[in-house]
Amino acid sequence: MEGDARRLGDLWSGLALALLGGTIVAQAWQWDYSTSEGPGPGFFPLWYGIAMLALSALLVLSSLRRGPPGGKPADWPRIGRALACWFALAVSVSLFKTLGFVLSFALLTYFIVAVMYRRPAATAAIVAAATGAGFYLVFDFALGLALPAGMLGF
Amino acid sequence: MEILTGLMHGFAVAFEPTNLLWCFVGVFLGTVVGVLPGLGPPATIAMLLPLTFSMNPAGAIIMLAGIYYGAKYGGSTTSILMNVPGESASVVTCIDGYQMAKKGRAGAALGIAAIASFVAGTVGVLGLMLVAPPLAKFALSFSSPEYFALMSLGLALVVLLAGRSIVKALLAALVGLWIASVGTDLFSTTSRFTFGRMELLSGIDFIVVAIGVFALGEVLGNMETREETTLLQTPKGLRNLLPTWQDLKDCRFAFANGSIVGFVVGTLPGGGSTIASFLSYGLEKAVSRRRDQFGTGVIEGVAAPEGANNSETGGALVPLLTLGIPGSGTTAILLAALVLWGFKPGPLFIPEHPDLFWGLVASMYIGNVMLLILNLPLVPLFAQVLRMPVYVLYPLILGVSLVGVYSASGSLFDLGLLIVFGLLGYLMRKLDYPAAPLILGLALGSGMERALRQSLMMSQGSLEILVSRPISAVMLSLAVVILMIPLFGKFNAWRLRVLES
Repeated sequence: MEGDARRLGDLWSGLALALLGGTIVAQAWQWDYSTSEGPGPGFFPLWYGIAMLALSALLVLSSLRRGPPGGKPADWPRIGRALACWFALAVSVSLFKTLGFVLSFALLTYFIVAVMYRRPAATAAIVAAATGAGFYLVFDFALGLALPAGMLGF
Repeated sequence: MEILTGLMHGFAVAFEPTNLLWCFVGVFLGTVVGVLPGLGPPATIAMLLPLTFSMNPAGAIIMLAGIYYGAKYGGSTTSILMNVPGESASVVTCIDGYQMAKKGRAGAALGIAAIASFVAGTVGVLGLMLVAPPLAKFALSFSSPEYFALMSLGLALVVLLAGRSIVKALLAALVGLWIASVGTDLFSTTSRFTFGRMELLSGIDFIVVAIGVFALGEVLGNMETREETTLLQTPKGLRNLLPTWQDLKDCRFAFANGSIVGFVVGTLPGGGSTIASFLSYGLEKAVSRRRDQFGTGVIEGVAAPEGANNSETGGALVPLLTLGIPGSGTTAILLAALVLWGFKPGPLFIPEHPDLFWGLVASMYIGNVMLLILNLPLVPLFAQVLRMPVYVLYPLILGVSLVGVYSASGSLFDLGLLIVFGLLGYLMRKLDYPAAPLILGLALGSGMERALRQSLMMSQGSLEILVSRPISAVMLSLAVVILMIPLFGKFNAWRLRVLES
């Protein structure tokens, strides 16, 4: 990522990490810093939380000092493709309990082939069926690894 | 004598039929993974790790190590034929390798890459065999303060070398330390960062993070485009893959350079094969009589970096096996593998588990021979792997990742975490945060905290113990100096600007 996209990326990721650092420090503050036997559970997290806060503040400040926007913007269509795939993956995993691994994964494969790579529906269906069946045969049937089963029993 | 006895014992282990088979499976898979751009050894090892839980540990480590060094052989194929590095360590090979292929010398380039990899890979294993046992003996004198200092030094080196921004690398390492803290504190039984979830009481599984950040992050990054790459003609027949006698003569120094530079860089935490290959290429160019021709298809420009990136493997295993300190993302996953199988890499690893250490060393000699045989005549076959459509490959990687995590814990909650870490891996790529410091922070986090807390318990809370012991003081000072290096550079640039104005 270059120019403006990079500056904004640094700014927002810095803010997110500052929030995480703040949460870590706030949580660590509630635990013992030291006990009669030595350092307590809050000792280590407190120090790396403070370090995270300091470094993320540095990142935010350096991104603000780089001046106003004007460089190359983020390539949202590309990012959108990756995020669409991630979302499909998340939906597929959330369906494991209902549809089971084999069906959910076959649907995910169909989505990737037909929608993300714009292959004909028949090709997508063949690849989806073959991968779903292949995973069941190799992992569940041959290796005996129990894959998440759905209402249909597989 | 001790080393020779150990090696003989190792060959007895490595020549067991099942271990030979696992060695072959490892180097074969490694070559395939190396050939495929967008799928690296850390992702593959992380994905396959859960499947090794039911295996004999010797066979499992032999296979995983085979993937690690096998990928380095395979990485050159795509660099030479497509100008696309199969692995980050093969970036330099593109420079002269692709130019040789364009001039019709793809066979010689592929052949010299395999031969250099074999020579330097074997020297790297020799180095591992000779250096690891005495280093382990020396490390027996280490106590908690030295271990804390050593882990701090390792993390500092990785942070320095991991990316363009040291601040981002440090932040990634701190996130790794945070993830390592999630769960029950073993000293006080306090639940930390569990957010009221029972599933988090035992911590976040290393595999979930490694597979998410490396495998899913890589796939999501590659899914951004539908681009196809073009493959140059692969030479057929062994005769066309063998370099000429003159080629071999020209590469004499490159073999030695790659072997030594690769091994030395490998032993340094944070060194890594990419740096090793760049350094050896630079050195080769600096001493060459035809340095002006580098970049136009010079055979030494292929031999030196390919050798270095293979010799680095032997070097990288030295701190991992003798000190329990991984120097890269891949060795961090190997460390996690050993810990998950119930072993503790460190000074006592060699005497307590000679089967594992010497079996691994011997298997690496055998694996290098297998790889030479596989990579010389079978390069055209491996190149065919590149013709596999990505819309088939990516679902397969996603599927293996999901099965890997689920088979390790049987928990749908872990699959949810995997999805979260996949997104984190992708965002880190997009925002230029290196993944290796995060994985290393995670791998070293609990050990670092334990060592620090034990040190402070030994000294009744005084931090002086960390600097009053000579080895610990030297390592901590080095870590501080390493982290200050970028500041010195910035200060110098500012000083020059002030002087100019």
